[in-house]
Amino acid sequence: MRRATTSGRIGLALVSAWILVALLGPGIAPHGVGEVVHLDVFDGISRRFPLGTDYLGRDMLSRVLYGARYTVLIAFVATSIAAMSGILLGLAAAAGGWIDMALSRAFDIIIAIPSLMLALVVIAATGASIPVLIGTLAIIYTPGAFRTARALAVGVMALDFVAAARARGERLPYIVVREVLPNVTGPLAADFGLRFVFIVLLLSGLSFLGLGVQPPQADLGALVRENIAGLGFGAPAVLFPAVAIASLTIGMNLVIDSLPGRRRR
Amino acid sequence: MIHSPLMVLIGRRVAAALATLIFVSLAVFAIAQLMEGDVAEAILGQSATPEALAGLRQAMHLDQPAWRRYLEWAGGVLTGDLGHSLITGLPMREMIGARLVNSLTLAGLTALVSVPLALALGIMAAVRRGTAFDRAISIATIGIVSVPEFLIATLAVMLFAVTLRWLPALTSTRDVHSIWDLVRVFALPVFSLACFVMAQMVRMTRAAVIDALDTSYCEAARLKGCSPARVVLRHALPNAIGPIANAIALSLSTLLGGVIVVEIIFNYPGIARLMVDAVATRDLPLVQAVAIIFCTAYLILVTTADVVTILANPRLRHR
Repeated sequence: MRRATTSGRIGLALVSAWILVALLGPGIAPHGVGEVVHLDVFDGISRRFPLGTDYLGRDMLSRVLYGARYTVLIAFVATSIAAMSGILLGLAAAAGGWIDMALSRAFDIIIAIPSLMLALVVIAATGASIPVLIGTLAIIYTPGAFRTARALAVGVMALDFVAAARARGERLPYIVVREVLPNVTGPLAADFGLRFVFIVLLLSGLSFLGLGVQPPQADLGALVRENIAGLGFGAPAVLFPAVAIASLTIGMNLVIDSLPGRRRR
Repeated sequence: MIHSPLMVLIGRRVAAALATLIFVSLAVFAIAQLMEGDVAEAILGQSATPEALAGLRQAMHLDQPAWRRYLEWAGGVLTGDLGHSLITGLPMREMIGARLVNSLTLAGLTALVSVPLALALGIMAAVRRGTAFDRAISIATIGIVSVPEFLIATLAVMLFAVTLRWLPALTSTRDVHSIWDLVRVFALPVFSLACFVMAQMVRMTRAAVIDALDTSYCEAARLKGCSPARVVLRHALPNAIGPIANAIALSLSTLLGGVIVVEIIFNYPGIARLMVDAVATRDLPLVQAVAIIFCTAYLILVTTADVVTILANPRLRHR
């Protein structure tokens, strides 16, 4: 394995930090998530409130620590569903035949709808709840995972060792699991990371529009939205949740770029 | 000419886009049917009498099977009759019309600013590959692509409107009396949108030009003593036009997502804000109408990208 680059290490540190926050956040938060602890709203950075206070005088650091859990977990579950179904269907389609035709055409339709637009239509019809959000995000990003997995698998299927396995008389499930899958795990992992970034951005965008995670729950995007009135005062309460999202997505991008087998031009 | 392979290719691509549009409209219509409860109940409230509900259902054709309602809706959209909003009861054509013009103005201005700038930056980065300039461009574009749209807009407002007080934080087209006013009002929304659109365009342009510069004919041009400018302008660029035009059209399609966030932040009276409000109030007819407009715009841009790629390939032209 290639030695990790500096940017890759920074990325890994950022992503692991956010995973830790998602797991432990509420445990290390200095104040309760809904606790009004200060009389001044949109207060600046101070020793007592390292990230200032929000529009109700709640501690922003605690709000971010709690909010990150929603962003990271929803995005992770949605990405896992999208990647899993995309890979399964993609591998099935790589064998060709009518399954390939049907799946490719069906996913082409989903791709032809701008992702934010598709999410908005679903949310308008079903209302915004966390299961709906996860399902919608997963459906929107399944076609991309499908295309990547299919393209990779089609490439491997054409190689000699697969022909050899076929000649040995192995059945399709064996070929897919034992011969194809081990040869595409690297690129699939990179694809997973990329899709995670897309999903975090779309989820944050939806919450920012007030159509994602609903109050009293709040993910990082929702934190930006509820404090947007502080923009005029230059309140840190607007800035920090947005910066938190950015550090998560940039960190993930840095990790992906430093993965072995991926070289930037 | 009609039977030239080029025309056949383009015709096929456009036909595929039209077919996709039909399926997309079906999908949008189908998703809208997921709404629990029915529309008549949503309008009249829970205390409505069964007779009133039945009457309204009949008036709105809700008693008819879904496929007939789809055909009626699609026919209405094609003839420009979008129907009425569920919440305000106004004809949607009036609600959407003026706002569509506003949104197109914003998108048009953004394209006007970002396309030439992005091309220049992308080509320059490709020509000076590996220099500090190129690396700065790479870092900046990766940074912009990987942060949420609202972060850029938020930072821009904080910097230019709050800290420096150069520009207004909200966009109101009513205060425009001169060109200067126009520039001031549109500066921040266009800047935020342009950042986002440009980042992708610059990256793709750079990659396309680098691909062209790496070919053996550019190598040959360099070896026979062409100046670097001549190699780029006469040898590399003509061959990179297809991928670059493709990049422009694809990047402009990301405008559609960005415009939603920017209209909300700057309180801009455009069609995307109408859509977000409609989703919040669950005004499904309005959501459907705006979604179809957006999907059509998106398909037009993506199809244009493909057609331009076909047109720019000289091998297909002289067959």
